[in-house]
Amino acid sequence: MSVDPSAQIERYTDRERMNHWLVAILFVLVALSGLSLFHPALFWLSNLFGGGPWTRILHPFLGVAAVAAFFFEMVRFWGDNRLQEHDRQWLRQWRDVLANREDKLPEMGRYNAGQKVLFWVMVVCMIVLLLTGVVFWRPWFADSFPVFLVRLATLVHAAVATILILGIIIHIYAAIWTKGSFRAMMRGTVSTRWAMKHHRAWAQEKIKQG
Amino acid sequence: MSSLQTLDVRQRSATTSPSPSIRSTVEVAKLIDISKCIGCKACQVACGEWNDIRDVVGQNVGVYDNPSDLTANTWTVMRFTERETEGGKLEWLIRKDGCMHCSDPGCLKACPSPGAIVQYANGIVDFVEEHCIGCGFCITGCPFNIPRISKRDNKAYKCTLCSDRVSVGMEPACVKTCPTGAITFGSKQDMVEHAAERVQDLKERGYQNAGLYDPKGVGGTHVMYVLQHADVPQIYHGLPRDPHVSSLVSLWKGAFKPLALFAMGAAVLAGFFHYVKVGPNDVDDGENKQREKLPAELGREER
Repeated sequence: MSVDPSAQIERYTDRERMNHWLVAILFVLVALSGLSLFHPALFWLSNLFGGGPWTRILHPFLGVAAVAAFFFEMVRFWGDNRLQEHDRQWLRQWRDVLANREDKLPEMGRYNAGQKVLFWVMVVCMIVLLLTGVVFWRPWFADSFPVFLVRLATLVHAAVATILILGIIIHIYAAIWTKGSFRAMMRGTVSTRWAMKHHRAWAQEKIKQG
Repeated sequence: MSSLQTLDVRQRSATTSPSPSIRSTVEVAKLIDISKCIGCKACQVACGEWNDIRDVVGQNVGVYDNPSDLTANTWTVMRFTERETEGGKLEWLIRKDGCMHCSDPGCLKACPSPGAIVQYANGIVDFVEEHCIGCGFCITGCPFNIPRISKRDNKAYKCTLCSDRVSVGMEPACVKTCPTGAITFGSKQDMVEHAAERVQDLKERGYQNAGLYDPKGVGGTHVMYVLQHADVPQIYHGLPRDPHVSSLVSLWKGAFKPLALFAMGAAVLAGFFHYVKVGPNDVDDGENKQREKLPAELGREER
């Protein structure tokens, strides 16, 4: 059987791509508005949102919208991100991953172990950010909570947001690093060659399905 | 209040570089002698008069506290506590509540908006409402539960220690009006000395635990109390025994803030240098394509 290595395989449906980019746009807005209130050196970012008060008003609404949009993505990709035994092996070989020695790594399905870990980091972070954010959302909810809880929630919110932003920096870099993945999320398809190299088990299944 | 040019600034919210502070000013303080207070609330009225703020007429909640709490329109309020002494006598403790003007202000530390909270060289902590964004972090940071956000404009308000009056050499309105001399104002040093005399007097009159409330946990305050029972400040309507800026707030606005930003910058740089050193992982570029053995491999795996 011969397969044209340049033949295109669908990786993301229209709906998946639009969902992803909606989350991405909202995430950037939430992150920039949040960072502007986090560190004085970044307060100028609040100008992007119409000044300090507007940044304060918009940030939580953008956050809720981001979580809502992410919820659909999460449900969609939940099953593909279950961690398995070969994922542990992949993670143990992180040096090979970073050095582009992909041939030494175990075969991956639709997502590699790094992508799966990031998925779960994002799921946990999103939930924690939503719950802690509500606790100090003014003027609506903050007054209903004891000040100790407001303080704790604010600190946890900042810490978890930092973890999420670090995760997203890695996510964006991975897309710049692994050529073809950005196109996959933009146009929906990858070459068979790309799929066989990065996600062989998934590619074989796709080819079998025709 | 806006930032007063006649008063130099010691620190400014969300500002990591020094504020204009070439002049040094005498540190001021307001001393509230609880043993002299008769609870007439003239100070409350004077505060509203001078600052031109009127609270809505509220409900009687069964005690003399009126209004029952600080609000965006009530920057000082008398807190009445009825207490039975060991001898079975009634003791009426009346504490004028309001901003303590901490030397280490938790509100200023927590505020994300540059210059929305300033501390003048004389120690007064002032909210500059035109820079306030309404996030309420000042409430999160305050160990005394003082700032209130107005429902009308979503700005935070509190006692200014009449910074506008003080800047032109006048005493705060509450001090001016107090009929019993329970509230005095002057340099912090003079107030501490005056308090020592008052404490001595109270001790001679049987208040063995009389003392000055100038809590060190917040670096001292610029509003101080003479308490008959300084060993148990919490009996004065929950005046905290050892107030300090919460360690959660200190961590959030202290070490964590620069570390988080550093980590984000480092992550971006690490990615950049990884790309420079290792390069992209590109299966579809021309060079890799020519070395392709894909169909054979595929055949093998198909078995």
